[in-house]
Amino acid sequence: MSTKTKGNVSEFVLRTPAVGPAIALVAAVVVFSLTTNTFLDSDNLSLIVQQSLVVGTLALGQTLVILTGGIDLANAATAVLGTLLMAKLVVGGVPGTVALVTGIAAAVAIGALIGGIVTGASLPPFIVTLGMLTIVTAVSRIYAEGRSYPVTDDTLAFLGTRQYLFGHVEVTVGMGLALLMFVGAWYALTKTAWGKHVYAVGNDPEAARLSGINVRRTVLSVYVVAGLVYGIAAWQALGRVPNADPNAFQMGNLDSITAVVLGGTSLFGGRGSVIGTLVGALIVAVLRSGLTQAGIDSLYQDVATGVLVIVAVAVDRFSRRKQR
Amino acid sequence: MSEQVPVLQARGLVKRYGKVTAIDGADFDLLPGEILAVVGDNGAGKSSLIKALSGAVVPDAGEILVDGEAVRFSGPLDARRHGIETVYQDLALAPAQDIATNVFLGRERRRSGPLGSVFRLLDAGGMRAEAARILGELDIKIKSMTQAVETLSGGQRQGIAVARAAAFGSRVVIMDEPTAALGVAESAKVLDLIQRIRDRGLPVVLISHNMPHVFEIADRVHVHRLGRRVGVVSPRERTMNEVVGLITGALALSDNGELVEVYR
Ligand SMILES: Nc1ncnc2c1ncn2[C@@H]1O[C@H](COP(=O)(O)OP(=O)(O)OP(=O)(O)O)[C@@H](O)[C@H]1O
Ligand SMILES: [Mg+2]
Repeated sequence: MSTKTKGNVSEFVLRTPAVGPAIALVAAVVVFSLTTNTFLDSDNLSLIVQQSLVVGTLALGQTLVILTGGIDLANAATAVLGTLLMAKLVVGGVPGTVALVTGIAAAVAIGALIGGIVTGASLPPFIVTLGMLTIVTAVSRIYAEGRSYPVTDDTLAFLGTRQYLFGHVEVTVGMGLALLMFVGAWYALTKTAWGKHVYAVGNDPEAARLSGINVRRTVLSVYVVAGLVYGIAAWQALGRVPNADPNAFQMGNLDSITAVVLGGTSLFGGRGSVIGTLVGALIVAVLRSGLTQAGIDSLYQDVATGVLVIVAVAVDRFSRRKQR
Repeated sequence: MSEQVPVLQARGLVKRYGKVTAIDGADFDLLPGEILAVVGDNGAGKSSLIKALSGAVVPDAGEILVDGEAVRFSGPLDARRHGIETVYQDLALAPAQDIATNVFLGRERRRSGPLGSVFRLLDAGGMRAEAARILGELDIKIKSMTQAVETLSGGQRQGIAVARAAAFGSRVVIMDEPTAALGVAESAKVLDLIQRIRDRGLPVVLISHNMPHVFEIADRVHVHRLGRRVGVVSPRERTMNEVVGLITGALALSDNGELVEVYR
């Protein structure tokens, strides 16, 4: 009887990979609420969410790519190029909306290029995106001409500047957009044939192919959608800090992978969820905020995050081995 | 039994993988309504042959004909559109996904109305119910259609792949060693299912190493050796030992249909 319940619980956790991370998130929130008296402050909570917006959005695109069994090292670099395009175009007199669309379109184009190379030449995504990371970073620096570009345009800063008060909690449009994107991605992945194909391709590409799924087209579409997501991450970044800096988000690619892993998505592809990634991004932000409130140095926060990543992967491995 | 047009036919198929020639000028004929067993040693090229027939590999040379018309399959979907369903030797299931998803993988059903056409919403409930019905017909006992395939036994997995092909095949059903992972009772069920498919009027291609199974249900036996067909015999006219002789090359089929011993 008790073993049966235990089996059902572990089965539930395995089938719903976001449950473990969600428990960890709640635990972290409870601990920091009890041990510090500033953590639960509504301003602090709003700040935590705002701080996780950009990495969270990058991690959303990263999740899609990782679900196919790939990885994207160029996501943050793509977003940074997007911010520079948007900001510098406006400085040059282009209307904000046009600059915004151009920046997002560039991110989509980079996604299409990566996807085209990965599927067309059957090259490993790690290598392709590593190369693209180097290229895009260099292009950003060349384009930026050694400076950063402050954003004064309302459209570009809109996601962070337009705020609403819900009770005592400040909510930005950016938060709403992020939530919408996560819900949209969850819907597409779990409720549509495209989502089933994304999982199947990551799970076993040959089985997917034999089942009549167009593996290349599915993978290509994922990189294109991810590019779109990174373009929106660029917009989120300008809403958060109204300044386009070619040296921003240098660790953004790894931070996004951290959020994905903490969210319970398998780096081997085919298993995981975007809801888990949302939780994973929040775990990192909560941990950093809580440790800051507790007066712990940011380098030790890095140590804590690193430990958490390894623990998350170990737990994932362990629970899966038990299933087999 | 005068000149029937084969439902599925191949002429001179060739498929090379580097230096290995997996299919070496193979012919193949599947007649309407028959169970055709394909037998041969490990590595004889049986799976490669049926992969060419099911669109999973594109042959380097040769032609494939469906109902006498030449076709060109550039992917499994092409064969499927011709009503050819296949149980692959390695099953082609997505282990982390649930049973209903696997049964409908690559042919998902959407909800009717704008929910389906605009929002692309899948008919999850309908597919679950249909999957349960399809598996029920095969007497495959599974608690829940939302169980991940990797949590099932090898036999249950094989059952899902078999049931999926049986349910969706409309012209030909091909099964590559569908009873390999099955126990006695489960094998009997699959053999029974194969006969039911034939009774429905669909021809079945059965690849098997199990001679008693082959002799129990096959109408004709296609013997494959070193990448090509070395003969087609009737299980009623030949013994298991004779078929084994053809498989190993100890016997050969002469032009007038006589078995001759091969001295080496
Ligand atoms: N994708 C591939 N790449 C390289 N060689 C292959 C490939 N597929 C098949 N072969 C080779 O082709 C030959 C025939 O293999 P095939 O799987 O068709 O044999 P089989 O008759 O189905 O054997 P078994 O009874 O063991 O399933 C083998 O020598 C195999 O190594
Ligand atoms: Mg085989």
